[in-house]
Amino acid sequence: MSNEKKSGVPEKSEHGLEKQGYSIGEILKQRGVSRRDFLKFCTAMTAAMSLPASFAPSVAQALDEVKRPTLVWLNFQDCTGDTEALLRAANPTVGEIILDILSIDYHETIMAAAGHQADEALEQTIAAHKGKYLCVVEGSISMKDGGVYGCTSGRTHLEIARRVCGDALATIAIGTCASYGGIAAAVPNPTGAVGVSDAVPGITVINLPGCPCNADNLTATVVHYLVFGKIPVMDSKGRPLFAYGKRIHDNCERRPHFDAGQYVEHWGDDAHRKGFCLYKMGCKGPATFHNCPTQRYNEKTSWPVASGHGCAGCSEPQFWDTMSPLYRRLPNVPGFGIEATADKIGLGLVAGAAAAFAVHGAMSALRKDKEPQETKEG
Amino acid sequence: MARIVVDPITRIEGHLRIEAEIEGGFIKDAWSSATMFRGIEKILRGRDPRDAWFWTQRFCGVCTTVHSIASIRAVEDALKIKIPPNAQLIRNIIMGIQNVQDHVIHFYHLHALDWVDITSGLKADPTKTAALAASLSDWPNNSATYFKGVQDKVAAFVASGRLGPFANAYWGHPAYKLPPEANLMATAHYLEALEWQKDVIKIHAILGSKNPHPQSFLVGGMSIPIDPDSQNALNADKLYEIKRLLKKSQEFVEKVYIPDLLAVASFYKEWAGIGGGLGNYLSYGEFPDANGNLWFPSGALLNKDLSNVIPVDQGKIAEYVDHSWFENSAGAGKGLHPFEGETEVNYTGPKPPYKNLDTDAKYSFVKSPRYEEKAMEVGPLARILVAYASGHKETKAAVDMVLGKLGVGAPALFSTLGRTAARGIDALLIAQQTPKWLDELIGNISKGDYRIHNNENWDPSTWPVEAKGYGFHEAPRGALGHWIRIKDQKILNYQAVVPSTWNASPRDAKGQRGAYEAALVGTPVFDQNKPLEILRTIHSFDPCLACAVHVMDVNGNELVKVKVS
Repeated sequence: MSNEKKSGVPEKSEHGLEKQGYSIGEILKQRGVSRRDFLKFCTAMTAAMSLPASFAPSVAQALDEVKRPTLVWLNFQDCTGDTEALLRAANPTVGEIILDILSIDYHETIMAAAGHQADEALEQTIAAHKGKYLCVVEGSISMKDGGVYGCTSGRTHLEIARRVCGDALATIAIGTCASYGGIAAAVPNPTGAVGVSDAVPGITVINLPGCPCNADNLTATVVHYLVFGKIPVMDSKGRPLFAYGKRIHDNCERRPHFDAGQYVEHWGDDAHRKGFCLYKMGCKGPATFHNCPTQRYNEKTSWPVASGHGCAGCSEPQFWDTMSPLYRRLPNVPGFGIEATADKIGLGLVAGAAAAFAVHGAMSALRKDKEPQETKEG
Repeated sequence: MARIVVDPITRIEGHLRIEAEIEGGFIKDAWSSATMFRGIEKILRGRDPRDAWFWTQRFCGVCTTVHSIASIRAVEDALKIKIPPNAQLIRNIIMGIQNVQDHVIHFYHLHALDWVDITSGLKADPTKTAALAASLSDWPNNSATYFKGVQDKVAAFVASGRLGPFANAYWGHPAYKLPPEANLMATAHYLEALEWQKDVIKIHAILGSKNPHPQSFLVGGMSIPIDPDSQNALNADKLYEIKRLLKKSQEFVEKVYIPDLLAVASFYKEWAGIGGGLGNYLSYGEFPDANGNLWFPSGALLNKDLSNVIPVDQGKIAEYVDHSWFENSAGAGKGLHPFEGETEVNYTGPKPPYKNLDTDAKYSFVKSPRYEEKAMEVGPLARILVAYASGHKETKAAVDMVLGKLGVGAPALFSTLGRTAARGIDALLIAQQTPKWLDELIGNISKGDYRIHNNENWDPSTWPVEAKGYGFHEAPRGALGHWIRIKDQKILNYQAVVPSTWNASPRDAKGQRGAYEAALVGTPVFDQNKPLEILRTIHSFDPCLACAVHVMDVNGNELVKVKVS
């Protein structure tokens, strides 16, 4: 039986996103964006959503009909890396997102207003669009000691999240911190940090983990909603299958070298220069579900493995503990088939690392870890 | 006397709150508070020192390379690892473009709206705007048609009635002084800079897989292999693309950023007399050559005295927690050197929701670093002043050019405007210098040197039982230091004293204000319900609060008991 969550039309979806003013297609036209560029954008989005190219006209048609939805973006225990990722978005660009596609009514990093004027902007937005706005959360939420480790405007992030996410149509947890607690939640989790779905139970949350999240996956999620009127199908970890449905290892450009037993042994060696498999250098691709190898970053320029460094497993819950140390080889990686999903194999594969994590929890300065047994390859 | 609160301070990284007392239209006193804490240094204990860069990189996604650099330098210092020249040059290029891109984003997207009234640009004459722009530089987009297009775009946006991130701001505030044409020009460049920044930072993707959070750093070098005969390594194709992007970076700084900076500054010259603050400056210097000599010199300046550059000694840095939500067993009024740190978070502030902090007691998650017990300002201004006072040729020429064009003397630099101008000068110098490091790298590769990593001490079994080291990096926002203690191949203690810790620090035991606090004193506030002026001075520092807040947490005492074998 599949334990995937059912594709969800969220509870509040009968209201849908509001119709307000011109459609995105009309707005783009008015702003001098050519129909050709608009269709180019739709094609890119279609690819990002893992849809066949033949869907591009449907995407264009859907976007033609949808108006600029309201979005509020909340920064909690974060490093602003996901906001920076948004600034690097190319299809559409952040300029287009702000001016043409969405109405980003609250985002502390970019908004002009500050202090109580910023507060008012948030309050007005969530009151005027109750149940109809999208909320993006960046960063984990501290639960310890009443949430005092994260405050904005004298209120805890926990209180803000419960109120603002609670009244949203849906919440997108961007990045691993908002999805699962991320780095702040790593042992010993000094502030009791958790992801949004743990801090605000019972709401519709779409997790877009990654450190940072690939901006293409954010725009694709929003467009997916605009096009299909429902949130994408997700795995048991709340991640859309279109972006997290396949293992890095199975889409990796270096997979043939893994299968052929050709590995990098030392940084800068001949195998490293030739682009052999980084498994022995600690690559966590075999345990990580993410579309990095195909979607890549910065307008498809590159991704970690292509720069000669292993995958860190950053889209997996608690990867900071279960996937570290960074350069330790994953134990027990057989060559299982590409039909596997995160729900079927993900847990089993990191079990060895998870055992190390349990030990880590009781760590003292004098303790020495035993390395888990490594699979001998090649 | 009125006490006002600005929280959130927006258009920064992180969670910063300013409380200020205003009397007679001027700020009489101010308090800077960081309201978010994660405790990453505590989380680092017991982990592999070679992983530390990957963790500390997440201090901040804006300064996305800087903690990686400081971290690998600290570990390399502890383990006495010397990196190959190519790795140094690649790091220099990564740091260089980080600096330039970061400064441009700061100027246009975080700071400009303090000086530029976007709505006023709607009244501008596009032809006159084009004439104004053409008088400043020969940037190809300086046409009336172009500015008309931008104006129409903004007008349509405003007409939609949904201003998004531009809603509820201080538009129309009397402190905005630019004529409509300058406002339109700056608005156009705000949008252009958004496009530009995502392009030029692809250099990080080429050399480090992605940005933010590039992933090719290694203790001992870099992971991006070099091989002109491989498609999986840094080859001619990729080097040429970097060259193209560096040229694009330099052109934008020379033809758009600097001209805009000078144009905007010329309308706000009174701000050359506001926001000076501490007058003490600290810079660690940066961009080592193959022999470790720094291109930007390090140094400290006290009391705005440019005639005496004091050599920096990391041993003279200590952190105080008398007004920070931490405990310190060394006792009240005692500072601890980062190697000796032993601090526990202990929130004693008001129970949320709260209206005001008790600023007589502890009031921030940021600690108070001091240099020989003195509060210091760090950042581009400190870096440029130290270089200028040290007689650094390129810096002197650039500073004199900017001062000359604005018709002001060097004392104008000790101000809010000076801070903003120094950031531009810094970007200009580094944008012009970075291509030279690329040329050097290409030269090395031509000679057959493909080394990117020193493997000698990669294996932890080669390490001493105990080691300690520090890594300095002159980051875009200023002097950054990481200190590490390693024991039994694990991190025993990790401590970062970052630029925004210096600048955002609360008072110390002696009551000495931090840099933000000191700079705000005396700032005029026209309308205390719309404290635009506070944003100007605070933004001139380019705050980065996720970086600033951290905790060191170590068994410092325990270490003393352990014998080194």
